[in-house]
Amino acid sequence: MKNVLLFLAFCLSALTLGSLANAQTTAPAVPAVTAASAALTATVPAVADAKAALAPQPVAAATDAAATPAPVPNKGDTAWMIVATLLVVMMAAPGLGLFYGGMVRSKNMLSVLMQTLVVFCLLGVLWAIYGYSLAFTEGNAFIGGFSKLFLKGVTPDSVAATFSKGVVIPEYIYFAFQLTFAAITPALIIGGFAERVKFSAVLAFMVLWFTFSYLPIAHMVWYWSGPDAYTTQAAGDAATATAGFLFQKGALDFAGGTVVHINAGIAAMVGAIMVGKRVGWGREHMAPHSLVMTMIGGSLLWVGWFGFNVGSNLEATGTATLVFVNTLLATCSAAVAWSLLEALLKEKPSMLGAVSGAIAGLVVITPACGYVGPMGSLIMGLLAGIICYWGVNGLKRMIGMDDTLDVFGVHGVGGILGAILTGVFAAPSLGGTGVYDYVANKVADYDMGAQLVSQLWGAGTSAIWSAVVSIIAFKLVDLVIGLRVDTEVEREGLDISAHGESAYNH
Amino acid sequence: MKMITAILRPYKLEDVRTALDAIGVQGITATEVKGFGRQKGHTELYRGSEYVVDFLPKVKLEAAVDEALAARAIETIESAAKTGKIGDGKIFVYDLEQVIRIRTGEAGKEAL
Repeated sequence: MKNVLLFLAFCLSALTLGSLANAQTTAPAVPAVTAASAALTATVPAVADAKAALAPQPVAAATDAAATPAPVPNKGDTAWMIVATLLVVMMAAPGLGLFYGGMVRSKNMLSVLMQTLVVFCLLGVLWAIYGYSLAFTEGNAFIGGFSKLFLKGVTPDSVAATFSKGVVIPEYIYFAFQLTFAAITPALIIGGFAERVKFSAVLAFMVLWFTFSYLPIAHMVWYWSGPDAYTTQAAGDAATATAGFLFQKGALDFAGGTVVHINAGIAAMVGAIMVGKRVGWGREHMAPHSLVMTMIGGSLLWVGWFGFNVGSNLEATGTATLVFVNTLLATCSAAVAWSLLEALLKEKPSMLGAVSGAIAGLVVITPACGYVGPMGSLIMGLLAGIICYWGVNGLKRMIGMDDTLDVFGVHGVGGILGAILTGVFAAPSLGGTGVYDYVANKVADYDMGAQLVSQLWGAGTSAIWSAVVSIIAFKLVDLVIGLRVDTEVEREGLDISAHGESAYNH
Repeated sequence: MKMITAILRPYKLEDVRTALDAIGVQGITATEVKGFGRQKGHTELYRGSEYVVDFLPKVKLEAAVDEALAARAIETIESAAKTGKIGDGKIFVYDLEQVIRIRTGEAGKEAL
């Protein structure tokens, strides 16, 4: 308790100091903000001109940069990104909470809801303070810098690059969208050690893992200076040299197969092994207390995932609709594949199986959704249903761990599968989009062998990095706070002991 | 006086209740219980975890009756609850020492 209060006091003082420091440096900007809004109204008639200037392809803009006005966000793109961000918030609250919560025993339902909600919110705060800066500013190949600490310099007029030259979105919504990713990814890990870890230990671990695993991997995979820098080969190469390590390796990860799923899946496996099995595991009845909640949560996750994947396109274009289709089809085929497999192997297809299959499909398509074609996503979904089924059955038994909610089996295995299959099905010959060359302004020739190597770099690096950080973070937290609750507390249930509440009082 | 306890299939409660009412058994108590005799349970499967569920849901019915009515009550329960398959349940009969109606304070046969 004392530790928690000290921790809170520290955070509040750091926040206050930081905000004050930030306020001082941006105080002179206050009049500029009003000037900017005046300028905005002045440029409203000019927006139509800007759009007309942008309508012909960027090739003209590249050779005539001086005369082109600075790009302004399109209202359709901005509106879509706002909606996409909301959908991912819904994935966290209550999607993930219900999906996970329904699978634990009723005496632990609230602990799962608490952990998913509070982890999401805590890391949202940290993202605003330092996470966004460390992930998405220029630093070195492994981590960014502190130039946007406390969101310094970011205003409603700031813009962020998309995947199209000359197209931007407001930086605030890019920041918010990325916040939801940074905050939901750690929440996934909770499933690996559910029903037996101290609440304070969960929060402490998450802060460490977020800082030393999520931020670097997000930076490595996704940080680049944007397409507008790619005017000539030389300029392009110089720009790539400032990008994240895995971006430079050419790893394709559209919406977070490595950054989110492999990252979290590996951490959950490490957690499940280091925390140990639940008391009575393998002997006692530990069936899900409400598969109804799990199905509701899973469905909310599916709907929200359209925001997760399609929002990763950063603009509302034809490609965005391809991403939508892939997110839809992979899920359909994966759910059917898992159910069919279960019916064949176990005689009865289960509700838990069907929902798990759907989620597996979503995980596998996540890195691929902007790069593969619809038929490719149907096949990827089918493979997801089969291989992730093995992940939660055979593989889990082989490893012998109590990965309570199958985070590694679904997210870890699915993430690795998706990362590799992205390299296969992105090929134009297999209906994919190929990889765009921003210097030549067309799709490059596709080298599947080289791309698969890049994909393995991405999957391997994130797996190993996450594993190392997780091992150290779990060990550290165990030494300082202690990871596990006492056996008696575990038997009583975390809801009563950690939160003083019962989920169901009837 | 006798206390008759019957373990029944849950969906048989209504039939037994109606039948007992017809022969003049005024009040009963029903509880939801779990149990098994020779009836086997079932297996539930949650992803990789299999659980054998031995305990089956049943209903325990208790009725306090006058000795004169006891034999007919037992017969009535038996015929109303019988399906002929394993799992029909059992009837237990105890000697009942005393019965008191709380509202009026009546005791013995008047309280039944």
